[in-house]
Amino acid sequence: MTATGTAAGTSAATLAAVRLTGVHKDFGPVHAVRGIDLEIRPGEMVAFLGPNGAGKTTTLDMMLGLSPPTSGEVSVLGMTPRQAVARGLVAAVMQTGGLLKDLTVRETVQYTASLFADSKPVEAVLASAGITGIGDRPVAKCSGGEQQRLRFAMALLSDPALLLLDEPTTGMDVEGRRSFWSAIREDASHGRAVLFATHYLEEADQYADRIVLISEGRVVADGTGGEIKSLASGRTVRATVPRADAEALGTALAAVGGVERLEVRGDQVLVHTSDSDAVARYLLTRTEAHDVEITARGLEDAFLSLTGRGEAQASHEAEERA
Amino acid sequence: MSAIDPAARRVPPLGGFNLTLLSLELRRMLRNRRTIVFALVFPAAMFFVFGSGAQGDERVGEGNVSAYVMVSMALYGGALIAASTGAGVAVERALGWSRQLRLTPLQPAVYIVVKALVALVAGAIAITVVDLVGLAQGRPQMPTAVWVECAVLTLVCTMTFAALGVFAGYVVPGENAMQVLGPGLALLSFLGGLFIPLSSYSPVIRDIAFWTPMYGVAEVARAPLTHELPWYAVVNAVVWLGLFILGAAWRMSRDTARV
Repeated sequence: MTATGTAAGTSAATLAAVRLTGVHKDFGPVHAVRGIDLEIRPGEMVAFLGPNGAGKTTTLDMMLGLSPPTSGEVSVLGMTPRQAVARGLVAAVMQTGGLLKDLTVRETVQYTASLFADSKPVEAVLASAGITGIGDRPVAKCSGGEQQRLRFAMALLSDPALLLLDEPTTGMDVEGRRSFWSAIREDASHGRAVLFATHYLEEADQYADRIVLISEGRVVADGTGGEIKSLASGRTVRATVPRADAEALGTALAAVGGVERLEVRGDQVLVHTSDSDAVARYLLTRTEAHDVEITARGLEDAFLSLTGRGEAQASHEAEERA
Repeated sequence: MSAIDPAARRVPPLGGFNLTLLSLELRRMLRNRRTIVFALVFPAAMFFVFGSGAQGDERVGEGNVSAYVMVSMALYGGALIAASTGAGVAVERALGWSRQLRLTPLQPAVYIVVKALVALVAGAIAITVVDLVGLAQGRPQMPTAVWVECAVLTLVCTMTFAALGVFAGYVVPGENAMQVLGPGLALLSFLGGLFIPLSSYSPVIRDIAFWTPMYGVAEVARAPLTHELPWYAVVNAVVWLGLFILGAAWRMSRDTARV
């Protein structure tokens, strides 16, 4: 992570869109966020990737000033989050809810637009979100995808410098998802920073310039999709071993070296290793193994190893990278 | 669109209050068909039922019994619609709209002011409808000044029920609040002497009625007509208003802490 632009007063070009410094959040005895340091630059498109309960939504809430951090500091364009909200500089699209069923689509946008000091014209925003045609339809009669476009239109009304999206494409079909992301990308190229929380690995890999992997309230990895994948290097060897004895196999493979993890499910044996050749050779020559498959690890494996068992090691690596 | 300059951005005046907001909120209230039927049609119908008896022309203070019934029904209608508006706050919370509004410059206090204004307008409509029905029917008799004084006092009194609506909306979750408030307000109206004079109840029930929330405001709203206002009726009206506001504020403050 690079840290350049600092306090308020610096010009807009070098001011961080959002900066978190040592942020912790406790809910009673529960430590939801355990020390996050993060800086997002204008124009960056960042995925906030992590399993449910990792602290993604809690962190977004703090960036919006909906809840204060227990300790640490959150600043949005050099201001407090509430100051940024009052100026329409930060906006968010939430996953569900947040709409009045008895208003029409156009009325909802008018309502929201009236609350800002400066807002884009209602009709223009309806058009760019592709919902002019359903402007007079009551929100209650809109599909999930249409409601999500409406939320997106509402978020863009104030031309925010930071846009936060919490699982934004839930309920959209494949085509809707694609056009949603191309619209978002278009915007980010104009200097708007976008941070989206997701648990779709594919979405993070495909649309983000940078992935921040979060687990149990901590950043466990931060980099491009390729960099994150390389954190979980190695391959998976899969084989069928009749009457596999997990213990004996474990001892034998430990001697082979490079083995990170061994899973035995009945006759199925899975070995995660940095030396797949040695493992395959051992299995084929010293055991009755057959149907041997060797696969490279994808982002999913990186995700699992970084957020699951391999967490301690991964966060260590992430710190080294930072 | 060029790079965004944070220094050029302004905070809206008046905490985000504006007339577009107010008019959209009023439109929402008028669009709610259930509210319209229960709060506008129902009390007017009740006025015909209770106000058309043979004693309608008997004298009460500066007017007649029919005028007395009309003021009571206006209070009932105003209370219903104000309570319904109040309960809407909790419905909006349940829909996540309150959270959405917190992502805009709108100040929470301004939101409450707008809701109170909508409840006032709604109450005024309900009171006007009953008064117009009474005027058209022709039996209620009282001086015009008394008529206006009663209407204004009734409107002020409906605020008690707007606060009750907010409170009840938080206690009874979702859109069920009105299903509790509707029968609840009818019961309170019976106990408060809106439908049947307290003098026709047994002494035990009357003693209970003096402590219920509709009794005090009903006495206050009719005072310009009756010229009777027991001190305990005023205490009743003020204490219940205070209790309902405290209850609503208590539930709302607990609620935002969780957001």
